[in-house]
Amino acid sequence: MVNGLNLAFQFLDSFAFIVLAAAGLAIIFGIMGVINLAHGEFILVGAYATTLAVTGLSVPLPVAMLVGAVVTAAFGLVVERTVISGAVPNRLWARLEPPLSATLPDQAAALLPGTPLVEPLYDRLADSMVATFGLSLVMVQGARIVFGNSIDQVATPLGELSYGAFSYSAYRVVLAGVSVAVLALVYYVFAYTDYGMRARAVIQDDRTARAMGVDTERTYAATFAFGSGLAGFTGALFAPLVSMQPTLGGQFLVEAFVAVVVGGASVVVGTVLSAGVLGAVEASVTNYFDSQTFGRIALLLAAILALRFLPGGITGYIERLRTRRREDR
Amino acid sequence: MALLDLSGVTAAYDRTPVLRDVDLSVDQGEIVGVMGKNGVGKSTLLKTVVGLLAPRSGTVSYHGEDVTDLAADERARRGIGYIPQGRDVFPKLTVEQNVRMGETINEGCDEYLHDTVYEYFPVLAERADQSAGTLSGGEQQMLAIARALVANPDLLLLDEPSEGIQPSIVDQISEDMRAINDDLGTTILFVEQNLGVIRSMADRCYAMERGEVVDELAGEALADEGTIAGYLAV
Ligand SMILES: Nc1ncnc2c1ncn2[C@@H]1O[C@H](COP(=O)(O)OP(=O)(O)OP(=O)(O)O)[C@@H](O)[C@H]1O
Ligand SMILES: [Mg+2]
Repeated sequence: MVNGLNLAFQFLDSFAFIVLAAAGLAIIFGIMGVINLAHGEFILVGAYATTLAVTGLSVPLPVAMLVGAVVTAAFGLVVERTVISGAVPNRLWARLEPPLSATLPDQAAALLPGTPLVEPLYDRLADSMVATFGLSLVMVQGARIVFGNSIDQVATPLGELSYGAFSYSAYRVVLAGVSVAVLALVYYVFAYTDYGMRARAVIQDDRTARAMGVDTERTYAATFAFGSGLAGFTGALFAPLVSMQPTLGGQFLVEAFVAVVVGGASVVVGTVLSAGVLGAVEASVTNYFDSQTFGRIALLLAAILALRFLPGGITGYIERLRTRRREDR
Repeated sequence: MALLDLSGVTAAYDRTPVLRDVDLSVDQGEIVGVMGKNGVGKSTLLKTVVGLLAPRSGTVSYHGEDVTDLAADERARRGIGYIPQGRDVFPKLTVEQNVRMGETINEGCDEYLHDTVYEYFPVLAERADQSAGTLSGGEQQMLAIARALVANPDLLLLDEPSEGIQPSIVDQISEDMRAINDDLGTTILFVEQNLGVIRSMADRCYAMERGEVVDELAGEALADEGTIAGYLAV
């Protein structure tokens, strides 16, 4: 009985961790075709902002968590405008290039790059990975320079739940609930809001969406900020649990990446299914061998198998099944 | 004053020039056709009007204002509705969601023609919750028209509405477009290769050959099948 309960808690724990780690990454990948390898560092921003708001400004923890999410969303917006879309460097260059080429001798001016200076990283998987990997290195080192090797952590709230000899952190149970709420929020946003409908139209056909009056630039920027905000919220939620070091994002990135790859491009359904499957695998193996390490190994093995047999992820597989059924009719 | 005026428009994809020095104008309330064989640049012409392709030179004015440098979404908000070749409905959104997408144009628009478009195209009302990708070609064409019409545009651009659609539906769509023009006063600029559609819809028609406007037909000339066929025959 206790073992069964333990397994259930472990599953909830894994599920919540995978969902929360993956949500922001999945949105940005699913809608913009950008793989954000700095995703873990966005989580870092949320975790640090929350912690510093509590320890430095004495803000109550729940409020500080919202602050963490908002700060990360704002940070994401800046990254989108500069690195991902290149809008800011392009605008600067468009202003700088004419006077510069006027002052230079013709031959030198001919060597200057034209406008636009850079193309957006939308739907360029490999390029977006390289750019965001660079960004993640800069962010980790930046955090180390500014805040040092670690910062003081906030205490885990809510205490323990106990059942016989077994006890469990109540906060972690709350996290499982929050992960479901986050999924519900994402589903609601994309299924029912005007922004969500525009975002889906933009993924399907961005030229036509533009001709329909959709400001696609704004939609992409909003999507990146939304995904970043969720990453920041994840950092905020885990701030009391993981050690506050500049490298804390790494542990989230692996799980998030695996979940997105296994889930496929459909944001909510893919994330739920892959978190369900991967969470179950990780929890049962951890429980059976009584070792977290084996749990993680099993998780990665499951991901490799999924990739081998389900390219396009679980949702890609479902899509193929559906198409086949339609053709059979 | 013309509602739409193109003057000296030259456009290209990369290096190949596709439009050469095109002059064209459309008056308020008119239905104007553009005909020409495959690849003469008809769709490209509409794209420069919508703002999906920036001309190399020349100007596009709309309501007497130079809009050459405006982005497509801004032009859409000023009342240019576009129905692309091949319809390009959003396949995974429902029929109703596609129509609602059209409402993102002119967010401040006084009134949307939400119910009106379903009156013109009752089939769409029957399939409101079906995903657009599962509609037939003719139904998708109607949906693309509905999606553009719902924001009550001043100018509707229609790219080969008859392509790949059975004749009876083509006739019905031509009639619907004339009715829309009569009832709502919507100005229409359309591109076609179908002789029947050109004759039944157009008040006036331009003929294009290799990126240039080579002729303008109205009245008797437009009634003469031989003349039109000459610009369309392969
Ligand atoms: N995106 C593009 N990139 C490069 N060339 C293009 C592109 N689109 C069209 N072209 C070329 O421009 C020319 C004109 O194309 P356009 O689509 O305007 O012709 P069209 O008159 O609409 O033809 P159709 O009747 O077949 O639709 C063609 O030679 C075509 O190959
Ligand atoms: Mg065409």
